[in-house]
Order: sequence, then C-alpha cells, then structure tokens
Amino acid sequence: MAIPSYATRGERIWHYVFLGICALIFLFLVGPLLIIIPLSFNAQPYFTFTQEMLTLDPAGFSLRWYEDFFTSRAWLNAIKNSFIIGIASTILATILGTVAALGLSSRHMPARSAIMALLISPMIVPLIISAAAMFFFFSKVNLAQTYLGVILAHTALGIPFVVITVTATLSSFDTTLIKAAHSLGANPTRTFFKVVLPLVTPGVVSGALFAFITSFDEVVVVLFISGPEQRTMPIQMWSGIREQISPTILAVATLLVLLSMMMLTTLELLRRRSERLRGVTPE
Amino acid sequence: MSDSPASPLTTADGVPLKISLRRAVRRSKLKAFLLVSPLLLFLVIAFIMPIGEMLWRSVDNPEVSTHLSRTVDALEGWDRESLPGEEVFAALAEDLREGQQARNLGLLSSRLNYEKSGMRSAITRSARGLGALEPPYREALIELNAHWGDLDTWKLIERESSPLTLSYYLAAVDRQLTPDGEIVRAPETQRLHVNLFWRTLWMSLVITGLTLLLGYPIAFLLASLPLRYSNLLMILVLLPFWTSLLVRTTTWIAILQSQGVLNDMMVALGVIADEARWQMIHNKTGTIVAMTHILLPFMILPLYSVMKTIPPSYMRAARSLGGRPFLCFRRVYFPLTIPGIAAGGILVFILSIGYYITPALVGGQSGRFITNYIAYHMQTSLNWGLAAAIASILLFVVVVFYLVFNRIIGVDKVKLG
Amino acid sequence: MKHYQQKAGKPAMKLIACAVAGVSVLGVASVVQAQQTLNIVSWGGAYSMSQERAYHEPWREKTGDDIVNIDRSANALAGLRAQSQAGNVTWDLVDMLPADAMIACAEGLIEPLDHDELLAEAPDGTPPSEDFVDGALGECFVASIVYSNIVAFNSSMFPEDQQPSTIEDVFDLENYPGQRALMRRPINNLEWALIADGVDRDDVYAMLETEEGIQRAFAKLDTIKDHVIWWEEGAQPPQLLADREVAFASAYNGRIFDAMVSENQPFEIIWDAQVFELDGWVVPTGKLDKVRDYLYFATDTQRLADQAQYISYGPARLSSSEYVSTHAETGIEMEPHMPTYEPNFATAIQKDDEFWADYSDELNQRFDAWLAQ
Repeated sequence: MAIPSYATRGERIWHYVFLGICALIFLFLVGPLLIIIPLSFNAQPYFTFTQEMLTLDPAGFSLRWYEDFFTSRAWLNAIKNSFIIGIASTILATILGTVAALGLSSRHMPARSAIMALLISPMIVPLIISAAAMFFFFSKVNLAQTYLGVILAHTALGIPFVVITVTATLSSFDTTLIKAAHSLGANPTRTFFKVVLPLVTPGVVSGALFAFITSFDEVVVVLFISGPEQRTMPIQMWSGIREQISPTILAVATLLVLLSMMMLTTLELLRRRSERLRGVTPE
Repeated sequence: MSDSPASPLTTADGVPLKISLRRAVRRSKLKAFLLVSPLLLFLVIAFIMPIGEMLWRSVDNPEVSTHLSRTVDALEGWDRESLPGEEVFAALAEDLREGQQARNLGLLSSRLNYEKSGMRSAITRSARGLGALEPPYREALIELNAHWGDLDTWKLIERESSPLTLSYYLAAVDRQLTPDGEIVRAPETQRLHVNLFWRTLWMSLVITGLTLLLGYPIAFLLASLPLRYSNLLMILVLLPFWTSLLVRTTTWIAILQSQGVLNDMMVALGVIADEARWQMIHNKTGTIVAMTHILLPFMILPLYSVMKTIPPSYMRAARSLGGRPFLCFRRVYFPLTIPGIAAGGILVFILSIGYYITPALVGGQSGRFITNYIAYHMQTSLNWGLAAAIASILLFVVVVFYLVFNRIIGVDKVKLG
Repeated sequence: MKHYQQKAGKPAMKLIACAVAGVSVLGVASVVQAQQTLNIVSWGGAYSMSQERAYHEPWREKTGDDIVNIDRSANALAGLRAQSQAGNVTWDLVDMLPADAMIACAEGLIEPLDHDELLAEAPDGTPPSEDFVDGALGECFVASIVYSNIVAFNSSMFPEDQQPSTIEDVFDLENYPGQRALMRRPINNLEWALIADGVDRDDVYAMLETEEGIQRAFAKLDTIKDHVIWWEEGAQPPQLLADREVAFASAYNGRIFDAMVSENQPFEIIWDAQVFELDGWVVPTGKLDKVRDYLYFATDTQRLADQAQYISYGPARLSSSEYVSTHAETGIEMEPHMPTYEPNFATAIQKDDEFWADYSDELNQRFDAWLAQ
C-alpha cells in the first residue's frame, strides 16, 4: 500500500499510524501463540517466564514437560485415539463430501441452495447442541461410547468443510478444458485423470485437511458421547486445563501449533500449485 | 435453419428436441441428486435425526403416565376440589409397590421433584415404607408423607400425566405453571435463564463488534497490499485459525491469569503493585478477549474477500474529485464493504452465541453463556428435558440467523482461507 | 459417629488368619478370571492416587488384572444413565457420593448389595453390617471413607497473631481480608452461612427448609459475595491457595492435607463446622460378578486402613482405625489430620443427603440466579 504522491503531510502521518495499529492487531493475533512456545521449555512448573529464562540462562530451560508428554501412557493413548478417529472420519467425510460436491456443482441440481444449507448446517449448529443431540440419539442406538459413534459424529462435523472447498474448486473449474481435451483426442477416462483430477485434487486435499483438523480439535461432542476407551487429545487437554494447567499442556500446545503450521504450509503449497495449473499468476 | 417454424425441432432420431432436452435435463438432475444422496442420507441419520430426538426430548413426558398408570386412571373424573378418594390412593400404593420392586421409580421422582421440591423423598420414602402399610391407604400414605395430603400434589400428578409437556420450555424461559394451570413468571429468586440468554446475546454482540473493529483495518491492509505481501501477512491470520481452539484458550489463561505473563510484566514494569494484580480471567473480560481472538479470522476472511473486489480506482476517482480522505472513505469505500461486514458479522455472531469451551474455561461466573447451562443440565443436574428445551431455543435463534445469512449472502459463498 | 473412634481389642492373630484366608480365596479367584481389565471410576487427583496405592497396586500384583482409572466421579450419575440407556456399560466400579447412589439405586442403574455376603468380616469376626460406621452401607452403596468439606487458609497471608480459626472468620472481611474460594454450589455454603450467622448446627437443615432460612443464608453470603472466586473442580482450591489468589478456600480436607505434606504448603484447616460425609463404591448393574472379588478386597479392614496412609480421609470401618498408622511418605502421624479426630470433630455437621436430594434442583437454580444478580 504505497502512499500516493499527492498525499498531504497529515495523510502520511495517518498512514504510519495505521500501519502501527495493524502491527498491533497482528501481534494480538499471533503473539499469544508464540508466547507459549518458550514457556513450554520452562524448567520450573510455572506458567510465566522465570528470571533464569529472561536472562537466557540454560538452567532455566528444560525438556521435562516434553518428556512428561512422551512418556505418559494417557497422553500417548490419547494421541493414538485422536489419529484413529481423525483419519477414519476424514476419509469418510472426504469421500461422501466430494461425491456430493460433484452433484452439487451440476447445473441441474434440484433444490440446490436448500440442500447446500442442510449440508453446511453441522458447521453452524452450536457444538453443544450437536453434542447433546448426538448423546441422546447415539445412546438409544448403541453408538455412544464406541469408536464408530465418535467417528460418525466427527464425519458429520467435517462434511461441511469438504463440501465447501470442493464445490468452490469445481465452480471455478473451466469446463472448456474438458472439451479441449476431447477435441485433442483424449477419451473420457484419460481426460478425468489427466485434466479433471489434477485440478480438483487441491480442493479435495484442503477439504480433507479441514475435516481432519476439525476432528483432531473437537472436544465437546467427544466429551458427551465418548467412553473411557475413546479418550482423545482434546479431552485430555480439557480435563488438564479444568483442573490445573501443568506446563505439560503447554508442551502439547506447542506441538499442536507446530502441527497447524505444517498444515498451513501444505495448504499454501497446494494453493500455489493449483493457481499455477490454472495459469493464474500472482501480480 | 432449414426447418420451417411450423414443424417442431427434432433430434437426429426424430424425437422432438424439446422432449429430448427435457429428458436430458431430467437425467442429469437425477444423476446430480444420486451423487448427493449418500451424503444426505448420512447426515439425516447422523445429524438430523439426533436433532429431532433432542426436540422430542424437550416435550416428551413419559414418567408419570408410565410409572403411575393406575393412579392416573383412577384420577379420571376427579373433581380437583378435594383430595381424591381411597381408590386413587390404593392405585398409588399399587404403583409404588410395583415401582419399588422393579427399581424404576427414580426417573419419576426426579420428574416430579423438578416441579415441586420434596417430591423425590415423598416418593422414595413412601415406596420404601409401603411394605408395612395396610388399607385404608389414604390415611396411611398421608401419615407417611404429608405431600400426599396436599391438593397441589394431585393436581401436579394429573397435569403431568399427559404424554407431552410444555413445562421444560416454561422452565427454560423462567416461567412456571401454577397448580391450576396458569402460566406465571417464576419467583424472582429462581429467574436465571432469560438473563443468561440476554447476556449471551449481548456479549456475542460485543465480541462481534470488537472483531469488526480489529478485523476491518487488517482486511483493508491485506486487500490493498500487492498479492505477494498480502499472502505472507495472510498466514498470520490463518495460523490462529488453524490452531487448536484449546491451545488458543490455554494461551490466554497463561497470559491473563493473575500469576500470568501480562500481570508479571506489569508488576516488573512497576505499572501495578504485586498485591493489586489485575483480575482479567474467570470473568467477562477473559471470555471477551479470548473469544475475540479466536473469532477474529472469521471476520477478516469475509471482509477481505469483499474488499479485494473493490477497484482502487474508485477511491482515486473520489479523491481526484476533491473529496477529503475521510469523506471519500466514508462515502465511497465503506458502503462497498457492507456486504463483507454483514457476512463476517453474522458469521461471528452465530459462532459466538454457540460457544461453549472458551466461556467454560475462562469465563468464571460472570462470563458464562447459556451453553454452559446446557452442559450443566446434561451432565450435573441431569435434567435432560430442560437441557433439550434450552438447546432447542438456542437452536431456533441460530437457525433464524443462519437463514438470514443464507438469504443475503448464501452459504455457498463461504470461503475457507 | 462418635463410637467410631473407639478402639476394639487388638486381635492381630485374627487379622493374619483373615488375611491368609482372603489371599487364598483371591488366589483361587484370580486363576479363574486372570488378566481382566477393570474400569474404575473415581475422583482423580490425590484421592485416586491413594486408591491406586492402597487398592489397585496390590490388586494388580495379586491377580495380574489391569485397572484403568477414569476420573469421572463428578459426573458419574450422568455417565451411568447414559451407559445404561446405551445398553453398553463400560464402567465396572464407580466411586460416588451416597446421595448420587440413592438416585442411581432408585433408577436401577446400580446393583443392590448384600453387604454381609459380599464384604469381608472384620479381623475379629464382626460382620460387615456391624463393622461399618452409621450410614456407610446403603441399599446399593458401600462406603470406604469419611471425608470432610472444610475451609482452609494460607497461613502466610495472615499475621501470626491473627490466624483465623472459626467459620465466622471466613465471613469476617474486616479482620481477615482477602479473596475467598468457595465451591460453585449451594451445598456446604448455605450451611456455613447459617452457622456463621449464629444458627445452631443442629437446626441448620430444619432452617434451610424454610424460605426465611434460605433468605438468611443468602443474605449472609451476600456480605462476602464480591470477594469470592467460585471453583468447580476439587483440584482448584489448593492451587488457588498456593498461588495466593485467595486467602481462604473451601475444599475437601484430603486435598489440603496432600498439599500441606507433599508440597509443604503453609495451609491450615479450619475444622470448625466441617461438613462431613461418606464416599464409596457402587456397582453398575450387571457388573457384580466381574468386580465381586475386587470389592471384597478393596473394602476389607486392612485396605481401608492402608488408604489412610496416603490421604487424610477416615476409613469407613470401625475395625480399620487401629491399623491407621503414619503417612507413607513423611511418616507423620495421620490421626490428627482425620476429620473424625476428636478435637476436629467437636463442631462437625453431617451432610443431610435426603435434604439435598429434595432441594438441590431448586436451590441450585436459586444459587445460580443469585450468582448472576
């Protein structure tokens, strides 16, 4: 955002003030996430920076909370559960969501906007309501306290993300590419694999990532419908935070921040790739 | 175009084009619907039916009619003016005896205790004491527990014998039925939920306002920077968006608690005394700060996507026509961003009124939302009917806003990152 | 409860004989159903740890069974209901309060227990029905401990010559300034408010059944309301005291004891007007055969006495008290830290479960409405 040459002095000052305000807001957005990273290396069981840490004395830092995390049976079991439930529900949500998105992006889809509104609703309905409702219903049909129950619940919650990202990809899909492929002599199968799929994949993958992170981060529904065997990471964190936040939670939090950075990088790479494929170049 | 206007257009195999087209459309309609149907079916089973079950729970009232069936039958034709006769008490004794043997009086006694404190022990004690009782039961039962001699108890049993009830909804809006069936406000000391609904709405509004205040400049900056810079800055918006909700809540606890980072910093800087640390968590402040942070990306993203479509030449034109910068912004740029404000605002507001985790962890007493009471009635008080009724009301509010959102923006326009 | 303190002879031989018999019975049982997994629900924190040391560890050693601790006792009734409705009961044994047990029992969620058949005799042969303290054996319930709700304070926050000692002091902001942490429930708080307002402890529950009694209790609570942090999890009060966020905190006495001895915290307990109650086991419907042997083991005289080495809760069996010794880690004498220790017990109130069963719906809502004002 360059300052136009005709800007007055007041505007210039305002411009820098504005940039300063924006910097503060960015600090508000990201600062909290960055603060916990050093805190998780605290050698003391405190939630704040000790004198040793501030003077960068190596004695003030330790990996003990990470050690706690990686040697605790409860935490490791929770990670395992989170991955089992996350991956299973992601696969289900991605398949169901992608197939549905293909239908939804057809010009002839009947009652399109009503159906779309319905498919997106698990994202809009407050989690506590979904959780209470699923608790009542799943208890009745013997799905409560089972892996299958939790997986189905998370599939329902992940579906809107897949539907949204894949339909968005499909709606910007240029159908003339298919005609071009045909006219150049490719048969439909070849067209699908060589033209359609590479263009749609980024949307599907980012939908799947959203579905996974939704399940991986979900605590309310699990809190209501899971049994002792399905204890996931968020549940473990939740009970930890409610009782007393030991720095082990900060170590977990740091690992989760790193995980989200990885996910974000993947998404960014996907986006660039799909832009390149479509021939869109950044300014 | 050799066909004359009189003869209808046909395809190569002689079918009129109109019909053939209609067939093709029908086929692709069917195909599209078939593709969507597995997901629809899944959601109906895994999501819509549970919601239906919950709505049903909020009016379902089986306890009295099942566990006191004989009593209810015997009460038929009762004048409601005086205590019922011996045959009703005998039926009650029979019902209680059977319930005691089957050990299923618990739900009944809880149900009646919601409406009239003391009914729980009236039922459990009477059921236990029945063994030694001899007819006539009327005097014996009244002797055993004074509640049976109270006309209101019998009016209550008669009223709650209907298989559906509105009393959970009434309780959810701090109303109650008098023994004679009139709807009145609950006594002032028992009014709770309506205030909580208002507080939830009010705090959500504040949070929405704050996200707008903080999100607008950021979205403006991102929209006016060249793409290669804005993409980098966008990562700063998306990182919190992608980070676990519990992590973000935890960090706010670490920062805001009285032995936390912010207070320590203030003490070290000498801004506040060690004894006078700020109480920023377990109250409204905690909830508002943490939720503003958590929901901010949901405001920035829709704003950004709208602002990006506004050509910068508009502002330049306005300036060149002699408008002062603020006036140009207010009269030209701002009106163009209103769709973004509406989209972000409704989205943040909807998400906010349904939040549970963050208010539960950092809200303390004054930062509690109505959702916390749904959880409380689900897990602690075990009044599931009331939980379902409160949830249904909240669901109704959310659905109304969702439909408004869908109407003016369209859910298919929602973009994620 | 008074005779609870009395010592009954010292039949050491019988104890040994009984222990041998117990071991041999269990030895056989463990062959029959070796290596099962027991899901045991309890309260977490120091309390679960004491059960772990006194019951679970020896049981694992003895039988090879695996025991999974689940910290869900605070929501045990909801969990039991949901599981029984789902027809999929995964909990095998649940630690809960007698008031919850009464409700669960009336709903048929838990097994009625024949105490004399299921539980071990005292070492001197006294049948269980006579060996447990009053109220410890409910229709579906067997108590293991007597615990107490007390108010504790951080002694470093008051001058040495002005340490609080009575429940009135908790309501006295002038002489004892500072924040208070109280449980976010009317239970205990209403009792304490009335006592601090001068009501005799024998009249408390009768008073609370009247509108004016309730008003009086809330009016007393009003005087400190602005200085209260409301807690919800049992682990919070010791944490709040340790962080000096509050000067007083209501708590379970065992948690305070644990912080005092294990973390050397300068806490003191105000035993005045302690509200004591029992806590113990219930068996979810259909699980009796699976946990029969464990229940027999975990409620015998020695095990209950052993638990008192790890936490300051009184054993619910009369015969256990003479085996109560010293704290396992620090070697300090346990008796003065028990709720049932005579000097501590002088002004104790027994929680009235029936009162709370009837009035908790109404008073919880009223309490929440009062908080929201």
